[in-house]
Amino acid sequence: MSFPWSKQYTPSHPVMTWLDEKLPLPRLVYNAVGGGYEVPRNLNYFWNFGFLAGFCLVIQIVTGVILAMHYGGDTSVAFNSTEHIMRDVNWGWMLRYGHANGAAAFFAVIYLHIFRGFYYGSYKAPREMIWLLGVVIFLLMMATAFMGYVLPWGQMSYWAAQVITGLFSSIPLVGDPLREWLLGGFAPGNATLNRFFSLHFLLPFVILGVVILHIWSLHIPGSSNPTGVEVKSESDTVPFHPYYTAKDGWTVGLFMVIYSLFVFYMPNALGHPDNYIPANPMQTPAHIVPEWYFWPFYAILRSFTQNFLIFDAKLLGVLAMFAAILVWFFLPWLDKSPVRSATYRPLYRKFFWLLVVDVLILGYLGKAPAEQPYVLISQLATMYYFLHFLVIVPIVSSIERPDPLPFSITESVLGSDGAAKLTTTKS
Amino acid sequence: MAQEAAIDTPAAQSGEGVRRRDFINIAAVSAAGVGGVAVVYPLISQMAPSADVLAESSTEVDISAVQPGQAIKAVFRKQPVFIRSLTPAEVEAANKVDAASLRDPQTLAERTKEGHENLLITMGVCTHLGCVPQGAGAGEVKGEFGGYFCPCHGSHYDTAARIRKGPAPKNLQVPEYEINGTVVKIG
Amino acid sequence: MIRIISILTGLFFTAALLWSLTLDTIQLSKDGLPHTVEKAYVNHHLKDLKLKSDGIFGKFDKAQLKRGFEVYQGVCASCHSMGQVSYRSLAALGYSETEVKAIAAKATVSAKDPLTGEIKDRPGQPSDKFPKVIYAGVGNPPDLSLITKARHGGAAYVYSLLTGYEAQQPAALLKEFPDAKTGENMHYNPYFANLNIAMAPPLASDDLVTYTDGTKATKDQMAQDVAAFLVWTAEPELEQRHQTGLWWVLFMLFATVLGYMSYRNIWAEKKGH
Repeated sequence: MSFPWSKQYTPSHPVMTWLDEKLPLPRLVYNAVGGGYEVPRNLNYFWNFGFLAGFCLVIQIVTGVILAMHYGGDTSVAFNSTEHIMRDVNWGWMLRYGHANGAAAFFAVIYLHIFRGFYYGSYKAPREMIWLLGVVIFLLMMATAFMGYVLPWGQMSYWAAQVITGLFSSIPLVGDPLREWLLGGFAPGNATLNRFFSLHFLLPFVILGVVILHIWSLHIPGSSNPTGVEVKSESDTVPFHPYYTAKDGWTVGLFMVIYSLFVFYMPNALGHPDNYIPANPMQTPAHIVPEWYFWPFYAILRSFTQNFLIFDAKLLGVLAMFAAILVWFFLPWLDKSPVRSATYRPLYRKFFWLLVVDVLILGYLGKAPAEQPYVLISQLATMYYFLHFLVIVPIVSSIERPDPLPFSITESVLGSDGAAKLTTTKS
Repeated sequence: MAQEAAIDTPAAQSGEGVRRRDFINIAAVSAAGVGGVAVVYPLISQMAPSADVLAESSTEVDISAVQPGQAIKAVFRKQPVFIRSLTPAEVEAANKVDAASLRDPQTLAERTKEGHENLLITMGVCTHLGCVPQGAGAGEVKGEFGGYFCPCHGSHYDTAARIRKGPAPKNLQVPEYEINGTVVKIG
Repeated sequence: MIRIISILTGLFFTAALLWSLTLDTIQLSKDGLPHTVEKAYVNHHLKDLKLKSDGIFGKFDKAQLKRGFEVYQGVCASCHSMGQVSYRSLAALGYSETEVKAIAAKATVSAKDPLTGEIKDRPGQPSDKFPKVIYAGVGNPPDLSLITKARHGGAAYVYSLLTGYEAQQPAALLKEFPDAKTGENMHYNPYFANLNIAMAPPLASDDLVTYTDGTKATKDQMAQDVAAFLVWTAEPELEQRHQTGLWWVLFMLFATVLGYMSYRNIWAEKKGH
C-alpha cells in the first residue's frame, strides 16, 4: 500500500529517467519490491515463504523449460528420454533431480506459506482477494505437479494417471465419458501423455500470471503482520528494500542449502522406487501412493468406504477430497472474528493446533496402505478436518473473547514507550 | 540473489564501523552474484552435444571393396562422408591444376594421406550452405570438373573435391582420419 | 446464511464418515486386523552392505565395479537386460578404449544401416547400448539398469536377495498361510516381496566367474560386487553429484552466512525486532 510516507521513485541516472518516462517499469519495480513499498517492521520469518515460493517457481520454470529440450513426450520414448537426460545430457541429472526435488520444495514452502495465512488470519478483510488467488495458485500447482509426475512414464506415473482420472468417473452420468475425454482413450496412453506434457508446460506460466495478480492484490492493502493490527504510523513500517530484500535474501541462501542437500545427496528420498520401472499397463504396483504433498488429501479420499444415502462411497471420497480445498475459498466468510492473529485468539488457537496435528496424521495415513486400522483413524481425522472448517470456525469466531491487542505495531515491537526509544536508538 | 545494494542504509553513512558494514553488504551481494554465475554454467552447457551424440563421433569404414573410379558414402556425425578411389586419370587431372590459382589453394597431396594419394576422403557437405553434393553415387552428375556438383546453388568441385566454380567458399572439408590396412577410421 | 450452509455441509460429511466408521468397525470386529504373508514373513531388515559409494564423500571402487560387471556378464546377462547402459560408459570402470570395443563387439546388435536404412544385425559398437536379452523361461526378469533405484533398499536389497535364498520354508509359515507354499519351479526367498521367486539361486556356488583381478569369487563376494556394479548402472553420475554437491553446499553455506551478517547489519538500527 502506498502510505503518505512511502518514498517516491526518483531515477538516479538520466538513462533511468528516460526509461521511466517511456515505460515506467523501474517505478513499478520500485513500488512493488523496492524502497517504495512500506512493510510492517514486525514481520517474523513466516513472512519469508511468499518470496521463497516465487523463487521456487523460478527454479521450476527454468529447469522445466530446459528439461523439455531433452524430453520426448511419446510413450515409446518418454522413459528412455528421461534416462537419457540422467545419463547423457550435460548436467542433465542435476537438472532433473533439481526439478523433481524443486516440486517438493515448492510444496513445502507453499504449505508453510498457507500455514502462515491460517495462523495469522491473513485471509481476512481487506485481504480476501489475495487469499482467493492464493487458493487458485495452490490448485494450479496440484494439477501441474500431478501432470509432471506422469511425464517420466514409470509405473507410478502411469498408475497416477489412471487413478486420478478415475476420480472423475465417479461423477454421476457424465463421469465415464469425461474420463475418456480427459485421457483421450480408455486408459492412459500416448494421447494422455502428450496433452499432459503440453499442459504441464503451459500451467506454470498461468501460475506465474496468477502470482502477479496475487502480488498486485497484496499491494492494495499492503502486507499483514503477526499482530494483525493495521499500520498506523510511519514508525510501524520499513521500506521493503533494503530491509526485507536482505531478510528474504539470506533465507534464500538457507533454502538453497537444504534444497541442494536433497538434490545432491538424497535425490530420490522423496520419490517412489516404482517410478524407475517403465510403465506397465498390465500390472499395478503393490502399493500405489502419491507424492508426499498429496498424502493428506489422499487419506481423505480413502476414508469414505461405505455408500451413504444416495451417494456411493467413491463419489463421496472424491467430493470430500475436492471439498477439502474448496472450503478454503469460503474461509474469509466463515471466520467472522474481527481479530486476525491466532496469537490473540486463545480458543481458536487450540482448535487450530489440533487441525495442524490432524493434517499431519492425515499425511501419515495417506502414505499408509488402505487397510485397518489406518482407515478408521483417517475417518476420524477427516471428520475433524471438516468439522474444523465448517462448524468449529464459524461457531468459535462468534463466541470467542479475544485477548487484548497491542495498540500498534510499533508498540508490539518496542513496548509502550516505543516511540521514545525509536528516536534514541539511531547509532 | 535479490539483495543487491543496501549500501545506502542510514547506518552506513558515517563513522568507523561503516567500512566493515559496507564490506559485508558488498561481499554478500557478490557471493550471490558468484552463486548465480555458477548456476548459469550447467544451464548453458546442457545444450552442448550430449554424451551419446559425442560417442557417435568416430566411424570405421571398410574400404576394401572400393574400386578405382568408385566412391562410397559413409556417415560421420550424422553427416555423409565421401570416400573415393581416384583413377590415375583423375589424379593427373587434379595435379595438373596450379593450386595457387584456386579459390582455396590446396594440392591433392595436401588433401590425402602419404602413400594413399588416390584415396580422397571428404565430407559430403557443400561448404556453401550445407547441401549434399552429387557425384559420389553411381550415375550422379559430377559437375564441370569431374568431381562433385552441388545442385542447391551450383557449386562445382574438381576431382580433388576443390571448389572451382559457384558460390562455395572452401574445398570440401577433409575430416581427420587414419588408415589401417583396409579400414579407415574417421574422427 | 453461508454459515448455516457451511455447518450443514460439515455435518453431512461427518454423518457420511460416521456411517463408514460404524460399518467398518463392525467389519473389523468380525475380521480382526489384517494379517498378511507380507507383514508376517517378508524380511524387511536387509542385510548390511557397506559400499565405497555410500555417504557424501562416496566414490566408486572401480576394481569392485569391474568384478561386478564380470558377474553380470557371466551370470545375470543370460536372462536380465541392462538396456539403459551403453558400452562406451564402461570406460568409467577403467576399461581402455580397445577393451570396450572388444566387449561391445562380442554382442550382436540389430541396428539401422545408416546408408541403406534397413535393420540388420551387426557386431556391437561402443556407442551401442546393451541389447535386450530375450528370455523365454518362467518369470519375468526385470531390466537391471535401474534396479537399485527401483527397489526399496537399493543395493542392500539386491545383496540380500541374492544371498537370502532358503532351502526350507518355515513350518509356521506353511501352517498359517498354506497358499504361500513354494510352487514348482519357484524358490523361497524371504527378501522377495511375495516370498516365492521364479529366479533360481543365481549365485548358488563359489567360482561361477573367474575374476581377472584374482579375487576369490565366493558367493558373498560375487553378490556384493554385482550389487556395487548395479549402483553404478543406476547412478553413473554419483561421483560427479557428490563432488559438485560438496563444493556447492559449502559455497552456499558461506554465502548464507554473509547474507545473514548483511541482514543483521542492515537491521542494526531497527533494534527491538
